[in-house]
Amino acid sequence: MWSRIISRLLTSLVVAWASVTAAFLALHALPGRIQDILAGDLEYPGLREAIAAEWGLDRSLPAQYLDFLLRILQGDFGTSYVLRQPVTEVVGSQLMPTVQLALLGGILAVIIAIALALLTAGRGRISRQIASFLELVFASTPVFWLGILLLMAFSFTLRWFPVSGASGWQSIVLPSLTLALPTAGLLAQVLREAMEKTLDQPFVTTVRSRGVGELVIRARHVLRHALLPAVTLGGWLIGGLLGGAVITEKVFGRPGLGTVTLGAVLTHDVPVVLAVVLLAAFIHVAASTLLDILYLLIDPRLRAQ
Amino acid sequence: MTDKPYLVIPQPDDLLIDIEGLSIGFAGANGGTPIVRNFDLTIRRGECVALVGESGSGKSITARSLLNLSGDGAEVDADRFLIKGRNALQFREADWRKLRGTVTGLVMQDALVSLDPLRTIGQEVGEVLSAHRTLRGRHTVAARVTDVLRKVGIPDPEHRATQYAHQLSGGLRQRALIASAIAADPDLIIADEPTTSLDVTVQAQVLAVLAERVREGAGLLLISHDLAVVAGIADRVIVMRDGRIVDSGATADVLRRPRHPYTRQLLAAIPSADSKGHLLASARFDVASVEGDGAVGSVIVRERLPVRKPSDEALVLQVEGISKRYVQRRTAGREPSLPALDQVSFAVKAGEVVGIVGESGSGKSTCAKIVLGLLAPDEGEVRLLGQPWSGVAEAERRALRARLQYIPQDALSSFDPRYRVADVIAENLTGDARAKRDRIVALLDQVGLNAGHLGRYPRSLSGGQRQRVSIARALAAEPDIIVCDEPVSALDVSIQAQVLDLLSELQARLGTALLFISHDLGVVQHIADRVLVFHRGRIVESGPVDQVFSNPADDYTRALLSSIPAIESAFVRSSANAATAGLSTARSV
Repeated sequence: MWSRIISRLLTSLVVAWASVTAAFLALHALPGRIQDILAGDLEYPGLREAIAAEWGLDRSLPAQYLDFLLRILQGDFGTSYVLRQPVTEVVGSQLMPTVQLALLGGILAVIIAIALALLTAGRGRISRQIASFLELVFASTPVFWLGILLLMAFSFTLRWFPVSGASGWQSIVLPSLTLALPTAGLLAQVLREAMEKTLDQPFVTTVRSRGVGELVIRARHVLRHALLPAVTLGGWLIGGLLGGAVITEKVFGRPGLGTVTLGAVLTHDVPVVLAVVLLAAFIHVAASTLLDILYLLIDPRLRAQ
Repeated sequence: MTDKPYLVIPQPDDLLIDIEGLSIGFAGANGGTPIVRNFDLTIRRGECVALVGESGSGKSITARSLLNLSGDGAEVDADRFLIKGRNALQFREADWRKLRGTVTGLVMQDALVSLDPLRTIGQEVGEVLSAHRTLRGRHTVAARVTDVLRKVGIPDPEHRATQYAHQLSGGLRQRALIASAIAADPDLIIADEPTTSLDVTVQAQVLAVLAERVREGAGLLLISHDLAVVAGIADRVIVMRDGRIVDSGATADVLRRPRHPYTRQLLAAIPSADSKGHLLASARFDVASVEGDGAVGSVIVRERLPVRKPSDEALVLQVEGISKRYVQRRTAGREPSLPALDQVSFAVKAGEVVGIVGESGSGKSTCAKIVLGLLAPDEGEVRLLGQPWSGVAEAERRALRARLQYIPQDALSSFDPRYRVADVIAENLTGDARAKRDRIVALLDQVGLNAGHLGRYPRSLSGGQRQRVSIARALAAEPDIIVCDEPVSALDVSIQAQVLDLLSELQARLGTALLFISHDLGVVQHIADRVLVFHRGRIVESGPVDQVFSNPADDYTRALLSSIPAIESAFVRSSANAATAGLSTARSV
């Protein structure tokens, strides 16, 4: 099992390296001079020269590539010339609110999905249909629309939660719910389908014949089998959560990567955009690595050599 | 079902199950008629009752009704339904749950899917204890689990308890499944086809474990389609058909002096040495005086097969010294790898039927794959019709492919699910559409189907019909040799008899050579001229089938033969003049 995990980690490193290389190549494949691209809309004397010096643009391409790799490895993503701040500081200060929101949304989604699936899989027709209908509605509603609806209901009308901002726990309830519901809808559908398939397996009859209660059968045996297809979906879901978080931040006026990214794109702040792209790639690599290891923990049959 | 008065009937202490007039139905299904009707059953402590019948006879549903696990929406009713003297018709779900595992334990078929594959053996065996809070504390439960695993004959139980089902061999796995059913010491064990899909030697071990429980005083309800398995262990037999009891009584009476036509038909359809050269499905019982002491017994009368084409000496298939070793396909915890095939040589003559027997893992399937040209041997050579077959490019093989055909065990999964019967067979035909169609109809006719099946999808056919389609597909190519890999293993005994009859009839008429692989020695004895016994990748013995089976030279062959449960040998022990009953006396007409 450990050799599998180690080889998986090595593959992840290769993928991360490939994404850095791709970013470097993309930057150089853009038409125009690098210093013009990096400067964005800014125009003042000496800026182009300063950029050329910082990025070592007078050197050969391989030398620049090695330098780029080394800097990324040290966590140095360069300077945002628009904001006049190191990129690491710009992104770093806004990273935590987004991660917090995405994590909370993800956890909420998993809890809602598991609860729905546990309660409705293979049970009464009507409750199944209602749950399935709601899930479909949530899964197909765009995040921003859902956010606006929740705002209207719970902030404007009922005044339970603040309309915007990021102070106190009340401010994160609606955003995380907005983010969680579409994901939960999809996940619950996949989980229920997998649970119903598992409930037909012979071993469930064996477990029943031991006098085990129905909820225990589902929670202890069936759910674990149903998690396998859900984990397959996990990588995609994490991408969706991060993307959704960026939109949700805008709707609820929260600070975070969303605001930074949008600003950077609009002002052509290429160093920041580059950093956000690489960050997204790294998160994806890390998440899919974790999920693959999760597979091994769930299914002992995969641990075999 | 709740308005029945509570029946107070004095129960002898050892009566575990007392059922009269049981019916089981599913609302709306089967036109409102119950699937099981008018079923009576009693089981005492220390008694083994067997429930036999073909698939669809309702035996599993009946057995599971003792646990109230007949399935969603099952409607169970009875005149009397007593479990240990308590009226089960008044049980609520919670009452049933308390009963499961403590009074009744269920052992199902194939532990690989009947034990939760994601949990360890220890967790699975211990679950019944924690579910009923029989034992408290992790260490107490673990100690009990070790005890039970040892009791069912699992060596090194502490270690095995930490492993998963897929890491155990078939025999150990099935024993672990039994352990999980008996951990809380139930009064009654319900074993639903507990040895189906196991090798004969493993089957014998598993049956011994169950018999031991019966000796210790447990009741056993054994469900099986295999009459021979039942004969060795059951005290009483109940034969079911279409949800009804057609025959029942003491095992010796039902199986050795079968009175009911259906029981006779089942018994006569079992292939063996005596049925060789005859049609199985044609069998009927005749009352006749058996030579010797003049006692009246019954004999099986069967029709002869058509005269076989004389076999010439031309070699269809030559296998010379093939070896195959799989690398790195081991799972943790098993023995180090053995070669899958080690220096195997044999030849098949034109029109000859060669049987291959052996347990799972003996190399039978690897050998079949190499013969089919789907796998390249590491060493050695295969020649088909005198031409090189192994070690050449597929393009060179293609011209010869039609000469060699294949009949698999699971016909359905060998068909393209989007193909109709006609398309399946047409794959092996060339020519224009009209000629093809005529040929397909002729082939269907040959295998006992008709033009009405042309447009059907194989999944809508029965198991026997599917196997007929796969035979027609093989014959379409007019092959010289057909590799049959366990072609009847998934079929009920009467369907198996029909398919075997079809195969041997066609073989006799067309003179096609067969390489017939089976783990069922009776089937091989019935159909094959010569037999090869595979063990650990080697041929340990080969020769004419009668000679090998009656006079085995190799220790392994002897062990294999002695593990087969046979109905007669089961009674040679229990009855002095069993020979006169002459169950297996075949006579030609």
